[in-house]
Parts: sequence; C-alpha cells; structure tokens
Amino acid sequence: MKLEIKNLSYCYDGRPILNNISFSLQSGDMLALLGPNGTGKTTLFKVILGLLKAEKGEILVDGKDMRTMSRAEIAGLIGYVPQNHIPPFAFKVVDVILMGRTAHLKPFASPSDKDLEVVRQVMDILEISYLKDKVYTEISGGERQLVLIARALAQQPKFLIMDEPTSNLDFGNQMKVLKHIKRLSREGLAILISTHHPDHALQYANKVALLHNTRLQHIGCPEEMITEENLSRLYGIDVRIAEAFVARKQPVKVCLSL
Amino acid sequence: MNKKTKLTEKMLILFLFLLLAAIALFALTAGRYSISVQDISSLIVCKLLGVESGRPAVMETVVFEIRVPRILGAILTGAALSVSGAAYQGIFKNPLVSPDIIGASTGAGFGAALAIILSFSAAGIQGMAFVFSLGAVFATYMIAMKINRGGDPTLVLILTGMLIGTLFSSFISLIKFMADPYEKLPAITFWLMGSLSAVNIHDIRSILIPAAAGFILLFLIRWRLNIMSFGDEEAQALGVNTGRLRLIVVFSSTLLTASVVSITGIIGWVGLLIPHLARMMVGPDYRLLIPVSMLLGSSFLLLVDTLSRMILPMEIPIGILTSIIGAPAFIYLLAKSKRRSFS
Repeated sequence: MKLEIKNLSYCYDGRPILNNISFSLQSGDMLALLGPNGTGKTTLFKVILGLLKAEKGEILVDGKDMRTMSRAEIAGLIGYVPQNHIPPFAFKVVDVILMGRTAHLKPFASPSDKDLEVVRQVMDILEISYLKDKVYTEISGGERQLVLIARALAQQPKFLIMDEPTSNLDFGNQMKVLKHIKRLSREGLAILISTHHPDHALQYANKVALLHNTRLQHIGCPEEMITEENLSRLYGIDVRIAEAFVARKQPVKVCLSL
Repeated sequence: MNKKTKLTEKMLILFLFLLLAAIALFALTAGRYSISVQDISSLIVCKLLGVESGRPAVMETVVFEIRVPRILGAILTGAALSVSGAAYQGIFKNPLVSPDIIGASTGAGFGAALAIILSFSAAGIQGMAFVFSLGAVFATYMIAMKINRGGDPTLVLILTGMLIGTLFSSFISLIKFMADPYEKLPAITFWLMGSLSAVNIHDIRSILIPAAAGFILLFLIRWRLNIMSFGDEEAQALGVNTGRLRLIVVFSSTLLTASVVSITGIIGWVGLLIPHLARMMVGPDYRLLIPVSMLLGSSFLLLVDTLSRMILPMEIPIGILTSIIGAPAFIYLLAKSKRRSFS
C-alpha cells in the first residue's frame, strides 16, 4: 500500500509551521524524519493522522483522499505511537493494548475474546507477554514504549507513525525497540519514524527526510542524506561522520560532533 | 482478562447487589414505626399476589407509600450521581470532577427556586428544576463549542461550566433575597439542601424514562470511556469520534443528574466520592467501574438516608449529611490511594 503526502501546508495562528511538504511511503519502507526540536515533526504526524487540519495539500492512501474517511477507517490504516506519556488512571497493560482494537469494534461494543487473541499475538511479537497484568503507570519507560507500539500493532494497521519512540530510553532499550521496529518494517509494515539520532537513521532506515525551517529539505537514501554538510546545517553545529570498524564486519558510520 | 478474573468480577457484582438488597430490606424495617422482616415479606408477597395481607392499614401505608418510594429514590439518586461522576472524571481526564461541574445542579437549583417563588405545584417545581438543569448544561456546551477553536475542548467546557454555574448561583441568591422570608425562603433553602423525605411514587415514575436512557447510554459506551482518559488526540488516533462521544456522555450524565436532582434537590459529594471508592476497589476499567459505581452509590446513599432517619431525632436533609461524611472520607481516600488513581 502507498501513503502519499502532496504539497501539505499547515499554519498555526497565521504562522506557517509546515510548508509545501511532499513525500510518499510504501509497504516495507522505513522513513526516518530528522529535524531540530520544534521544527514540526509531531505537527506533521498529527496533520497526516487528521488530528490537525491542513491548510493546503492532500493525503492519499492508495489514491483515496483521507479527508473522506472516518476516524475508525483511518485508525484501521494508520497506527500511531505518540511520545511517552503517563495517563491519569492506572490501567492494566492488557487493557491499554486492547484499546488498539477500538477501530475494529462497532460503536457500542466492548472487545471480545477474538480481540484479546490479537492482543496476545502482538504481545508475543514484541516479547512483552510478561507485562500483561502489570499496571501501565508502574512499568519502566522502555516497557511503556513497547506497550504503546503493541497498542498500535493491535490496530492491525498498514502504516505505523512513531513519534521519537527512543527518546527517554536507556541505551539497551533504544536498541531493543529499534530492532523490533526494523523487523516490523521487514514484515511489510510501512513505518514513519521521527528521531533525534542520525545514527539510528543510518543504521535502520531505508529513507531519510530532513525537516528544517518548515520545509522538507531533502529526502532520499540514508547514505546520501546523512552527510556532514546536511547535518551541520540542520542542527547548526559542526558534525563529522566517522567510520567505525567492528571485528570483521562492514564499517559502520557514526555521527560525531567535535 | 482471563476466565478467573471474569469470575471474580461477577462475584463482586453479585456481592454488591446482595449488599444493596440487604440494606434495602433493612431500610424497609427501620424507622420510627418499626416493622418486622416477616411483616415486610408477607406484605410484599401479598401485594405481588394481589391478596389481602391482614396487616394493619397503617403498616401498609408506611411501607408502600412512604418507605418504598424513598428507598427507590435513594437507590436511583445514588446510582445516577455516582455513574455520571465516574463518566465525567473519564472524559475530563480529571479525578476531581463531579457530575455538576458544568452547571447541572445550579441550573436545577435556579429552576426550583424560581418555581417556588412563583408558587408552582410540587410537579411544577420538579419540572422547572429538570428543564433548567438541562438548559444550564446546554448553554455551557453551546458556548464552549462556540468559543473553542482548536484548543483543549474539555478545559473550555469546565471553565464555561464554572461561569454558567456562578451566574446561576447569583440568580439563586437574588431570588432568595427577594423571597418572602416566612414561607418561600425556607422552602428554597430546604430544596437546595437536598432531601429524600418528600419523594413519592409519582416522582419516581416521572423520572424513570430519562434516567433509564442515561444509564443505558453510559453502559453502552463504557469501553470507549477508557480510551477518552488518554486524551482527545490519542483517542482520535485510536479511532474514536471524540466530539460525538463527549456529547453522548454530557447528554446522558445530564439526563441522570437533572432527573434525580429534580426530585431530591442538590445532594453533593456522592458523585465525587463513590467513583473514587469504586476505582480503588476495581481499578479504572469502565467496563467494571460503571456497574460497581452504580451499586456502591445506591448502597451508600440508601444507608446514609436510613441511618439518618433512625438515629437522629429530627430529619436532617441528606445533602448536608453526605457532605459531612463525604469531605473527611475523601481526605481518607486521598491519603490512602497514593498515585494509583490520582495524578
């Protein structure tokens, strides 16, 4: 399936936040969105999800305009993993993931055993079955991130939008979450992910987009996009890219600021 | 949720139901005219079979004309206030919200005060309270929708509700100030304190349909209420039409609150306290929280009402009692519950 963003613009209080953004995403793609704090990465995601109304432009899924779709239809196509948060009420992990099934329920229905089965499967995939009866507000940040990914997977979407899924995680949890995400994209999900780590984009993504000054500056394959010049301009610091040789494997590129 | 937890949940509901039934039976026997359980059971059986019970007529009057309506009133009011409080706490993502947060009670109070000063009949007072309760919430909702452009809809709704509430309480004060101090003023003051003593079977019958509609709607959307507590954007991303859901909650909670307030007057604290107690017992899942809040609320209000007419030499309006019990009980809950149900 294909998600196309065409000439998208968004203003807040008359101030342009996103300007003429176009790109597309296909099954199996993993597109990493890089950009400094406050450039509108989250805003872009919310506009794509229809949570914010675009000023101009189109969002098409296999050629169909998303504005004609209901909330439930959109949620059946696109799963959303928001930035980490703590809800006011202490739900059990299994119930949080079950909420992902809402898009597939009738308006007045509660989830059935069939929905519970889907939840069991996604918990298996992400290896978090042991969290099932734990309280969502009391688990660690890394676990909570995996639960939010599981909830998005329970929507059984074709596209997955993830807002900085590795921020707030320790080194080990970052890698764990990224491995899971990589596997999901290999299995055919189209993933749009924002990150503050160019290294992660180099290592895991097959497309990279740079968002800067309301515009999508460049989009292309990671090696072409993540260059010393581009990153230095994007973040306003001097960035160097080094090659690290680990054992006999291929050299790995690493971004550094000296 | 596995089979075992489902079973314990059913047992809990059954237990709470039996508890309520026991309190109701106790309430039938208790009072200044005390009646034995045997007398009560034979009266009820005979009434159902339509035969003469052979008990004194006074006893029959006390049971069927006074105690049964009052008990039904307490059950209905307790359930209605608790369930709407629970639903509001979910959609406003705030555990300190009660069902009158957006003006339902003050609107009712104004309607009743106006009807009293205009010398309306009891039915007229009830009708005015109901209509103005709905009217106040409707005004709040429309104004909030009008002034909210892209902001947080729940915050605007609460703020507008407070303003409408303040406006109506000023109107109430104005009416009290102008009211005849020997006849009308005590009547208004008494109505505002809330009481179950005057509830009769016609009152119950007249609110049965709107109250049932409110209960059924909230019961049907109980799963989606869970999702609303994650906030509007997340709920929308999960496929919930949040605007419509919020409208359903406001509509059904207001129907429930307006119905019971119109026959009892303003009874505070139940709608705030009981959902918390329920959440401490069964957690935040609305699939269980809705029925448990209903049953706990009914039992609580019925028990308070029954004890008050047993113990105290004169009848104190129940609205005063629920506040006297509610405030310290709430402090206890706050101290007890740490972070699990408050944020």
